[in-house]
Amino acid sequence: MAFLEMKSVNKGYGSANLRTEVLNDINLQVEEGEFIAIVGFSGSGKSTLISLMAGLITPDSGQIMLKGQEITDPGPDRGIVFQNYSLLPWLSVAGNVDLSVKQVFPKLSRAERRKHVEKYVDMVNLLPAIGKKPHELSGGMRQRVSIARALAMQPEILLLDEPLSALDALTRAVLQDEITNIWEKDRRTVIMITNDVDEAILLADRIVPLKPGPNATFGPEFKVPLERPRDRTAMNDDPEFKKIRNAVTSYLMDVNTEAKSLNVNTNIVLPDIQPVDLSAA
Amino acid sequence: MSIKQKILNGLDIAGLPAFKPIVLLLSGENPPEQINSILKFIVVPIIAFGVFLVMWWAVASNIETKYGNVPTPKEVAKEAGSLIDAHNESRQKAKDFYIKQGEKAKSYEEKAAGFTQQALAAATPEEKTKLEKRAAKMEKMATKTKNRKYAETPTYFDQIVTSLKTVFAGFLIASAIAIPLGIFCGLSNVFMAAMNPLIQVFKPVSPLAWLPIVMIIVGALYTTDPREAWFEKSFISSAITVALCSLWPTLVNTALGVASVDKDHINVARVLKLGTFTRIFKIMLPSSLPYMFAGLRISLSVGWMVLIAAEMLAQNPGLGKFVWDMFQNGSSQTLAQIMVAVFTIGSIGFLLDRIMIILQKLVSFDSVVSA
Repeated sequence: MAFLEMKSVNKGYGSANLRTEVLNDINLQVEEGEFIAIVGFSGSGKSTLISLMAGLITPDSGQIMLKGQEITDPGPDRGIVFQNYSLLPWLSVAGNVDLSVKQVFPKLSRAERRKHVEKYVDMVNLLPAIGKKPHELSGGMRQRVSIARALAMQPEILLLDEPLSALDALTRAVLQDEITNIWEKDRRTVIMITNDVDEAILLADRIVPLKPGPNATFGPEFKVPLERPRDRTAMNDDPEFKKIRNAVTSYLMDVNTEAKSLNVNTNIVLPDIQPVDLSAA
Repeated sequence: MSIKQKILNGLDIAGLPAFKPIVLLLSGENPPEQINSILKFIVVPIIAFGVFLVMWWAVASNIETKYGNVPTPKEVAKEAGSLIDAHNESRQKAKDFYIKQGEKAKSYEEKAAGFTQQALAAATPEEKTKLEKRAAKMEKMATKTKNRKYAETPTYFDQIVTSLKTVFAGFLIASAIAIPLGIFCGLSNVFMAAMNPLIQVFKPVSPLAWLPIVMIIVGALYTTDPREAWFEKSFISSAITVALCSLWPTLVNTALGVASVDKDHINVARVLKLGTFTRIFKIMLPSSLPYMFAGLRISLSVGWMVLIAAEMLAQNPGLGKFVWDMFQNGSSQTLAQIMVAVFTIGSIGFLLDRIMIILQKLVSFDSVVSA
């Protein structure tokens, strides 16, 4: 049995006649310790997908199972890193991380908790800024706090909802390396949503493309058999890397044109009737 | 952080950014630009105030009332001076009175001591009891003299202090009611729906309508002997009227703040499975503090406005009563004294608002508050 499993999941918003189906017949199996990247265009329902896995919303039909248990509500066993950081602005870096540590490990003493918080803040290289408030930090630093907060809960599975898409390219590269390093250390199961194919190839074991919505569903998956650790500069010349990138990109472009052509195809089929000449009768 | 930076931050928090160029100028940072801002934001307002004074001057001498001409700014300033003098004089009198009382009490005590000694040396027991009785009487006189209070008419500054005490008492009552209610309203749609009609109907009611009701009810419930009571009756009815009129902004704002907590923050709470208590105290309340303080700020300024009206109408001690008394006096200083009161009320209102702005800035994490 897979570690995380999605079985024919459907999700839509709105009532009866105004209803839009966002996700349709989603099936996914994730093994323990795997790093999965879900790639798709914006508006294809990626965030809905991660909210479903986190349990923040429930599917209209189908099942999501974590270790054989159906997911019905959110919980700290699924650490989630939100796209817009979602840090509490009145708490310092330590305070934000501590809030989750305190909740997940209520038995720790004050000193142990502080050590735990410091360990995870150090993991994302933010120890010098541990006492700062979120508004004093840059976007990249805020996202690191968010990652530290999720990691500090020691979740079974880490859900990353476009964690780097709000950052500039350089910061992005730095954080990608950090995420890889952290993942290498404890090989936690990670599901990352992204819109960057290179990022997906660099980080993931497996890439699952999400077709454009509405009625989005998964396309055929791409394995990334590249050796780890992956070197971002050397990879640019790696024929294997190029091959995967071309495959994924051209697949996404194809489904996108297909989806667009579907949308454009609004030719009204006229009923096959002929006017009857009544005067003849 | 350097001292300069601290001062600049302080001015920002106090809502006085107009004074920043002075600090920058003193530190020699780009003088032409600083002088330009000083001209724009300090000199121009001063000139505007000057123009106002000149216009007042010109108009005042042309209007004749039954109390004489409308006073010029100079006369009003003089009147302010004489109110200060009257205050000092009254305090001096009180001081003299207490010194005199002290001396009197001392002489009684000395007499008492004399009688006690005589009693010790008394020949017969009858004479001894007689002398002891006299000593006791003298001692009683001494304590009575010591405890005697100076019957002082409240000076202008006493009235200000009374008004401030009343407004803060009313404000505290209002906050104690409005904040918890607002939190419940924000947390529960049903509670909000239940409260909404009451809020909508009572919010626009003028203090002048509340006051008689409050006075009658306080009058009925106030059965303690006035000499033993902690608060005077008039103080309580003024404070409650202030509370009734000023609790609405805090209530509405707190409800809004609690109801509009960022959805992402709620999601964080859900993922962490925070308990209701932690969720309210760690997520909802901190996030609604800026709204709440914005409400408190409006409440306090409403309260201050209401208080003056309430005092005036109910003849409760305070600035409002002062204004009314001066009006009834109808002396040649009436207008000048009332104008002094107007400036005092305005300045105190301004100061109270500043204090609230500072508090609001201190609790708001994003540090953008409109002044």
